[in-house]
Amino acid sequence: MNDIHLEHAAEEQKWDREVNAQNDLFDLHLNEVWNYRDLIMLFVWRDFVAQYKQTVLGPVWQFVQPALTTFVFLLLFNKIAKLPTDGIAPVVFYLSGITLWNYFSNCLVTISNTFVNNAYIFGKVYFPRLVLPISLVISNMVKFGLQFLLVVVVMIYYHFNGYPLQIGFRLLLMPLLLVQMAALGLGLGLIISSITTKYRDFSVLLAFAVQLIMYATPVVFPLSYVDDHRYRFFININPLTSIIESFRLVLLNRGTVEMYGVFYSIGFTIVTLIIGMIFFNKVGKTFIDTV
Amino acid sequence: MVKAIRVDGISKQYRLGQTGTGSLAHDINRFWYTIRGKEDPYLQIGEINDRAHKGSSAYVWSLKDISFEIEQGSAVGIIGRNGAGKSTLLKILSLITAPTGGSFKVKGRIASLLEVGTGFHPELSGRENVFLNGAILGMRKKEIKLKFDDIVDFAGIERYIDTPVKRYSSGMYVRLAFAVAAHLESEILILDEVLAVGDAEFQKKCFGKMNEVSKREGRTILFVSHNLGAVKQLCNSSILLDRGKLVVHEKTSNVIKSYMEQFTNTSPIFEGPVNSEKKIWFRKIYPSDSDKRLKDQFFHDEEIYFNFELSFNIFRSKHDYSIFFMVMDSNKTRLFSSESKIITSDTVQLVIESNFLVRGSYSIHAFIHKPRTEQIDIAEDVCNFKIIDNGSDLLIHGDYDYGNVFGRINWKYSDALQLH
Repeated sequence: MNDIHLEHAAEEQKWDREVNAQNDLFDLHLNEVWNYRDLIMLFVWRDFVAQYKQTVLGPVWQFVQPALTTFVFLLLFNKIAKLPTDGIAPVVFYLSGITLWNYFSNCLVTISNTFVNNAYIFGKVYFPRLVLPISLVISNMVKFGLQFLLVVVVMIYYHFNGYPLQIGFRLLLMPLLLVQMAALGLGLGLIISSITTKYRDFSVLLAFAVQLIMYATPVVFPLSYVDDHRYRFFININPLTSIIESFRLVLLNRGTVEMYGVFYSIGFTIVTLIIGMIFFNKVGKTFIDTV
Repeated sequence: MVKAIRVDGISKQYRLGQTGTGSLAHDINRFWYTIRGKEDPYLQIGEINDRAHKGSSAYVWSLKDISFEIEQGSAVGIIGRNGAGKSTLLKILSLITAPTGGSFKVKGRIASLLEVGTGFHPELSGRENVFLNGAILGMRKKEIKLKFDDIVDFAGIERYIDTPVKRYSSGMYVRLAFAVAAHLESEILILDEVLAVGDAEFQKKCFGKMNEVSKREGRTILFVSHNLGAVKQLCNSSILLDRGKLVVHEKTSNVIKSYMEQFTNTSPIFEGPVNSEKKIWFRKIYPSDSDKRLKDQFFHDEEIYFNFELSFNIFRSKHDYSIFFMVMDSNKTRLFSSESKIITSDTVQLVIESNFLVRGSYSIHAFIHKPRTEQIDIAEDVCNFKIIDNGSDLLIHGDYDYGNVFGRINWKYSDALQLH
């Protein structure tokens, strides 16, 4: 009897939000994320301002890491191991590869710590949890932009030193590749962050997994170099392979890109992102009880 | 009447102890049950959350089957002992964690303030933090811009607005943080003990603001506090929770009454022996209301009665013994005493006037004696009782130690010099 009465009352009034213990797995509240777009940008801005306050060099630090890594790679892989660079100036080859790889690995590592690093804030206030990973994707994108400036400067230098720039319409594809890289980093990061709330082992695992995966990605060598190698399989199943090679093709007009590789990579990215968001959303609802 | 919140049978289960051991096995088991479309096997066990008793299960219900409705524009207090489930309820309504069972519906935007200054970044300036904190609480940037001056004004820290907040005193920090929250434009505001921070003056200001928010702007407020006086002042109705269950939901004064009755379980009674060699001895001493109903929690503006039941081995009319009565505070400092007349009846009652003792815990000393000659029975440090302030002038001072008794003071104001 009582139930009938209650249902009748509910019909009289419109509610703005309904929370059930069993919520729809696919209800990701993406429109709500859009309402919080100002917060996303404020988080991006906070990451920068807070990081460089009270530092002398400020954003210049962004150039130090890729420059030094390039230097080490140059010595190790070019001068000592004598790996080829597909006819690209070795410095440009390493620097561009590292810059894009950094974007992916920074996204992955920072996002995978979302829950653990922000437990204090998630425990006290609600905002769509996806806001934080998305802000990280964007702030890492800004860092990528800064580092890419260095790539451009180096490319111009080599333009006058025997490696002329190859400008073409294919450069317009670069943003798409970046978006895919962002989506893949986001998707994987969301999955890992969801798992680390309960099993912290995964964040330890991730730290060296990222380093190892780099060597299964054509960052320090061109894909053409491993063409008929028996470990080619491992490089092929790596969805990052096609992104890095495409990036090189688009930017430097050298690279081995196969259609099936591109489709595989895009498919992998989409599936990962969807699974990541569903996982993240589900864990986000109660993670504060387990953290 | 339009409803702002409707809660239908909300429950929340927590797992006790280490999550590290056995939980992966539980998770796999749970997953296995769910994909076969069966009920979660761990939801069936679990018991009421009572910290006093060691449970046999690793799962407890922090909330069990809570249902209520809140009308738009009302201020509702949530009271209960520690561990009653107040914070869990607020966390669920604030969307910080999801319920294990049940559902709730909300009309309008919810802003919750479970802590003051969430997300403040120490390196950023006051101005920058206002924007960041406002956005975290759900405000749009232009909304914050519009209210920025009001916020700074309310916090009273105009001079330091461009200084990093790490250089702020804790008072300034709290003032700024509260100011941001107070200017939120949400239809529902959830507050957890936030008035417990800051100095007395600022608390008063916050309190005024809360009152304004609920009474004038017609917004709904949910308010948790241990300060019953504050709840009484702000909220017209209240919800009492006890061990995860909703006990009552009605007028605040009635709810506070039921809340205080929960405490009378612990015995404030002193009981002496049935037989004794003593000439006169205490059979029973206990605090009560005017009708001799046992009670150990009193409002500051209530009279406190103490009852003495005595037994005699001598003729009641032929002796010169009296009762000496003394009240001590929780530090066992002697506060005041009183001497009865020579006792001729076997039940004696005394009354401590209302508006005398301030909030706190007290106990008594009592003995039967012939002054400065002979002491024949004694009850030391017995009959613990509590005074709760439900709205005195001193309430704004919060936990500040302002003594044990209300001063009988009259203030006089006059101007000595006439200025022209």
